[in-house]
Amino acid sequence: MTTMQEVEMISLVIDGFEVSVPKGTLVIRAAEKLGIQIPRFCDHPLLDPVGACRQCLVDIEINGRAFPKPQASCTIPVEPGMIVKTQLTSAVAEKAQRGVMELLLVNHPLDCPVCDKGGECPLQNQAMSTGQGETRFEGVKRTFQKPINISSQVLLDRERCVLCARCTRFSEQIASDPFITLNERGALQQVGIYENQPFESYFSGNAVQICPVGALTGASYRFRARPFDLVSTPSACEHCASGCDMRTDVRRGKTLRRLAGDDASVNEEWNCDKGRWAFKYVTALDRLTTPMVRNADGVLVEASWPVALAAAAAGLAANKSAVLVGGRATYEDAYGYSKFARLALGTNDIDFRARLSSDEEREFLAAHVVGSTTTYRDIDLADQVLLVAFEPEEESPIVFLRLNKAFRKRALKVTAIATKLSIGVEKLKGNFIKVAPGAEANALSSQTLTNKSVILVGERAAESAGLLSAVATLAQSSGAKIAWIPRRAGERGALEAGAIGNLLPGGRPVSDAAARVDIAAAWSAQSLPAENGLNATQIIAAVNSGSIGALVVGGVDPLDNAESAQTLAALEKAFVVSLEIAPSAVTARANVVLPVAAVTEKSGSFLNWEGRPRAFDAAVADTHNRSDLRILSMIADEMGRTISLATVTAAAKEIASLGRWDGAKSALNNVSAAATPSLLPDQAIITSWRRLLDLGTLQAGEENLAATSRRTVAVISPKRADSLGVKDGDRLTISTQLGSVTLPALVEEIHDDAVWAPRNSRGSELLSQLGVAHGAVVKVAKA
Amino acid sequence: MTKLAPVLSAHWDEKDSFTIEAYTRNGGYKASKKALAMDPDAVIQLVKDSGLRGRGGAGFPTGMKWGFIPQGDNKEHYLVVNADESEPGTCKDTPLLLANPHVLIEGCIIASHAIRAKHAFIYIRGEVTHVVRRLNQAIEDAYKAGHLGNGIELVLHVGAGAYICGEETALLDSLEGFRGQPRLRPPFPAIAGLYARPTVVNNVESIASVPAIIENGAEWYQAMGTEKSKGTTLYSLSGHVKNPGQFEAPLGITLREILELSGGIRNGHSLKFWTPGGSSTPLFTAEHLDVPLDYEGVSAAGSMLGTKALQIFDETTCVVRAVLRWTEFYKHESCGKCTPCREGTWWLVQILRDLENGKGTEADLAKLLDLCDNIMGRSFCALGDGATSPITSSIKYFREEYIAHLTLGACPFDPVASTLFEGASK
Amino acid sequence: MAFTDKDLATMDSIIKRYPRSRSAIMPLLHYVQSLDGYVTNEGIELIAKLLELETAEVTAVSTFYTQYKRKPVGDYHVGVCTNTLCAVMGGDAIFAGLKDHLGIENDGVTADGKVSLEHIECNAACDYAPVVMANWEFYDNQTVQSAKDLVDGMRAGNPPAPTRGPNKLGTWKEASAVLAGINDGKANEGLQAGTPTLLGLKLSKEGK
Repeated sequence: MTTMQEVEMISLVIDGFEVSVPKGTLVIRAAEKLGIQIPRFCDHPLLDPVGACRQCLVDIEINGRAFPKPQASCTIPVEPGMIVKTQLTSAVAEKAQRGVMELLLVNHPLDCPVCDKGGECPLQNQAMSTGQGETRFEGVKRTFQKPINISSQVLLDRERCVLCARCTRFSEQIASDPFITLNERGALQQVGIYENQPFESYFSGNAVQICPVGALTGASYRFRARPFDLVSTPSACEHCASGCDMRTDVRRGKTLRRLAGDDASVNEEWNCDKGRWAFKYVTALDRLTTPMVRNADGVLVEASWPVALAAAAAGLAANKSAVLVGGRATYEDAYGYSKFARLALGTNDIDFRARLSSDEEREFLAAHVVGSTTTYRDIDLADQVLLVAFEPEEESPIVFLRLNKAFRKRALKVTAIATKLSIGVEKLKGNFIKVAPGAEANALSSQTLTNKSVILVGERAAESAGLLSAVATLAQSSGAKIAWIPRRAGERGALEAGAIGNLLPGGRPVSDAAARVDIAAAWSAQSLPAENGLNATQIIAAVNSGSIGALVVGGVDPLDNAESAQTLAALEKAFVVSLEIAPSAVTARANVVLPVAAVTEKSGSFLNWEGRPRAFDAAVADTHNRSDLRILSMIADEMGRTISLATVTAAAKEIASLGRWDGAKSALNNVSAAATPSLLPDQAIITSWRRLLDLGTLQAGEENLAATSRRTVAVISPKRADSLGVKDGDRLTISTQLGSVTLPALVEEIHDDAVWAPRNSRGSELLSQLGVAHGAVVKVAKA
Repeated sequence: MTKLAPVLSAHWDEKDSFTIEAYTRNGGYKASKKALAMDPDAVIQLVKDSGLRGRGGAGFPTGMKWGFIPQGDNKEHYLVVNADESEPGTCKDTPLLLANPHVLIEGCIIASHAIRAKHAFIYIRGEVTHVVRRLNQAIEDAYKAGHLGNGIELVLHVGAGAYICGEETALLDSLEGFRGQPRLRPPFPAIAGLYARPTVVNNVESIASVPAIIENGAEWYQAMGTEKSKGTTLYSLSGHVKNPGQFEAPLGITLREILELSGGIRNGHSLKFWTPGGSSTPLFTAEHLDVPLDYEGVSAAGSMLGTKALQIFDETTCVVRAVLRWTEFYKHESCGKCTPCREGTWWLVQILRDLENGKGTEADLAKLLDLCDNIMGRSFCALGDGATSPITSSIKYFREEYIAHLTLGACPFDPVASTLFEGASK
Repeated sequence: MAFTDKDLATMDSIIKRYPRSRSAIMPLLHYVQSLDGYVTNEGIELIAKLLELETAEVTAVSTFYTQYKRKPVGDYHVGVCTNTLCAVMGGDAIFAGLKDHLGIENDGVTADGKVSLEHIECNAACDYAPVVMANWEFYDNQTVQSAKDLVDGMRAGNPPAPTRGPNKLGTWKEASAVLAGINDGKANEGLQAGTPTLLGLKLSKEGK
């Protein structure tokens, strides 16, 4: 708590007012503290100063010595005894700024009436505050071909560009994707790409957002609206567990764009292109609007809410039931499912992990993740970061940006234990420990970490037996912090809410009697089921074996699991109540379908991977769609086993009043790693991950975004390529007994025993096509 | 007493002057041997004592620059020689390197030793193929002779056409493989230059002056020149003179003296305006013939010594045309980084083109000057400042000529009259 | 054009000149021009690969410098200095004369691919004005007629030798190799200095 005292403060005078700011503060930001706005374009607090636009010139003297000419306040750190005169008190600064503004406008087109930036344009605004009404320029303006696509998603209008280099500096300094650069020279200088390499960065939208003019526009928003017609709502990103603060802009009930919000401790001012540009699913998907009930003929027909709720209640009451809730539920909704399972269904058979998972993982989550407090700040301070079964750029992009920042600013050492060297790890100049799929656990024991180190472990760790046990052991022996980073936005919240068979809300172990009493008392229940519930796989098996008769399913894609055939069979067999936003493989097999609100239509919160609440309000207010927990509450009422969660607010209050479990955590029983299989010459071990941009449901309807996704390829090592006689670009077939995929081969850095393909990209949907995604032996052959 | 003092140019008239044999024959590589036996700090002190100042234009004391390099910091240090000679009118380093590349190499060895650099670079402009050949061969020969490679590596880096790379931080970015755009200062190159390591950037002539100083001593050098501008330097005379060329003389010689020595303005014509040190230095006229051409003298008269590029124009030359052409140069060479220079030079050219064609009013002159005021001291580096020099100085001395264009509605000058082959083409 | 193993070995040696590989980007671009005549996409992609850069970064550098060409130039690339001093003293007339004589504009190439033309900025030979450069070799003290004779010689395959340069004018590609730092063994050819260069020294020796 001494950090505040350690910062040296510097006092200076700006326009006659004294101000004290931390050493190293730039003059332009010291002025902001006083409420003095110095005009600027190239300046951006998260980019290295460049001093290019010269709009922020001010007069400065230090201890009586005046600079002979005005200085760019965005490049000069404060010094003791500094006297700064901005445009408000210095005629020289005022004229300098007016002069620069005039020069900026000389070659700027007067197309504000048709420019998307009009109305929220720093150039427009500052031309009003700092410029002059009439131009003295009588010459010929520089012209360029009107907007050119620098990717399928981003358009560049060079005439409007003021060459502040924010976009190019962002791409290089923040994203490490220098696909856009300043090209040419002098008055012809322009932002551009290499002609055969589009601006396909996962973070390209940030360049659009920080453009201070209308030079960069996103295809999805271009010409759609005027800023003053939009209603903006602070929101949280529902796509992944990074937890970005966002802003959602809506006109007439329709989301038109989403922007990165400003949260210094999480996403700073950035987000990824998926978070920014994948929102049309809300309207693009064929949304469910009316409840449906399967009639006597086995056909789903529309029904009134009372009829549907009654049918759901009856079916659930008549059967031993379980709950499957996907990883996209909000914290409050997950809590609703958790409470519904225990109170309305009287079971601990609930699992939010609608993906490949394991019991080792469930124990790991209860022992090391629930309630954990590792944060982005720990990455900022880490002496070393170890990546285990986790590709930050693909699976939690803001974590990647934070790692990249630490790498660029202080050469953070990053080590990745993986089978294939990824683009992201390459950008971090990471130490790549190459292991065969399934052999990750063994590589962990050789790592030397300290209590300043952080282990970032992804959800895919559950796919390698013994890996999470090895992570726990390494953390214990070194004192390193563990951060478990799932892909989906709702998983951490669902874990904390107890939407899993071994935990009750607040991290209370089911197996702990005192913990059960705690919750039972809060819920005014006699008692709660005492046995750990089944996991998702077991639930499916139990349905198929007849010991479970009904399922409540919310937001689950059965194809996200390896045993998709069994899952589909179970859905056919059981009495299924499906809470969904759109028709799916589940609704098609459900007995009762209940439409629910999409994220933008309701309030709530997610807990990001840190466990940090990311609250949001409904951005689109006028739909009648209800949140999951409201509907669960109504079913429970109908069953006569009330859960009393009428509103999101009520749920949030109840969660808060429960507090956290402060008793002992349940233990993780160490699992040992499986033996590496021996391979025939035509065999390999498959590995994969989901790419950021892929066939994910929430990316539906975003064709421009999809066109920037990375190429679908099958990756093999040079050695394997040799033995198969395969070159880059040849077609390679990967097959199992279930089926096969055939993809262009890419020969690069990967373990010789392995083959990699994207898990859920066009042409490579491994779980449905092969039934395996990691660690299994597959056949590979030249196609 | 002779006004000239050939030191750098002393042996240029020997046919093989550029070879290592000739250089050695004339005493070359003795100074480096002597310097390498000295304590590096003593070398720096000697150069400080000599009074040698940077010959690239700014006139910063060379020894002091070397002294800024942190010692004992366990970092690599670099010496970078600026051979990107591109300032209009400037033509001293090119003939020097053609005639005697080894003197620069020897200077590099001495300077590297003084600043504890193991690696030196010569950044030469790319538009001089034969100079590149000569330097490259000389470096090869110096390696073969063991002058290089025993603790000091020297790399020749060839530019590719960008005036801005003469600006030292742009040069460093270019040498690192980036676009040659100037860097923010601080940090200064002495602290974080090439590859963010302590770096000295010196002009060719500055470094080439060092071997003679080591050989003959600081006092010898001090004895030449004026009070604050010591030693000899190359003055490059060009334009409407009978005999253009290189004149090595102690600092402080006047243009009148050089013209008297060389034969004066071309026959039948008279001096109209001239640049003391390239196009970025404000113009002088006949009234400045007796200004001592040293750092202080030229500065006191309202211009800068710059590169001592004495471009002489006689009365046949239209000053508006001359200034327009320079302005077009600055527009072409503006790196594009900052607004005032990039957009300002673009606009200046348009106004000047109109004025040269007799279009516009006197108010345009005021606009032109105001525009210069908005560029001068507002740009990122000195290129923008330099672009305004010919404009403001020409309006100061030749306002009537600008107005004459407007009155006539056209340029009153015959461009043929100012050509060298005027008459030949008639 | 495809690059041979020998080309790649040369490029490797260029990279090795520098403490950090990125510094090699400029000589590598000169070298690509010595092979392909201009900066081809293949060249950009190869340099990006060798230096572990993005192609955009190489593009950014190659488009900054005027000596890197985006399209083929002639075997002989002629630059006429039209900066103020040369322009006034005859450069403008020479440039106009050559455009007319060759029937091409600035940055144009003759149909036979022999000669291309560009007006250039000050080339540091003002005491030899007006100056014409051919493949960046000096042609000093030019007139309209001498410049026409020069390009005629180029088209006929026997251009006159540079005033201060090698005994014979090489091609654009050969010059580009020199600029990439490759020694063509011709450093000792030609004058050590022209008359203007020696004027001060001569006067001094005459006691002036």
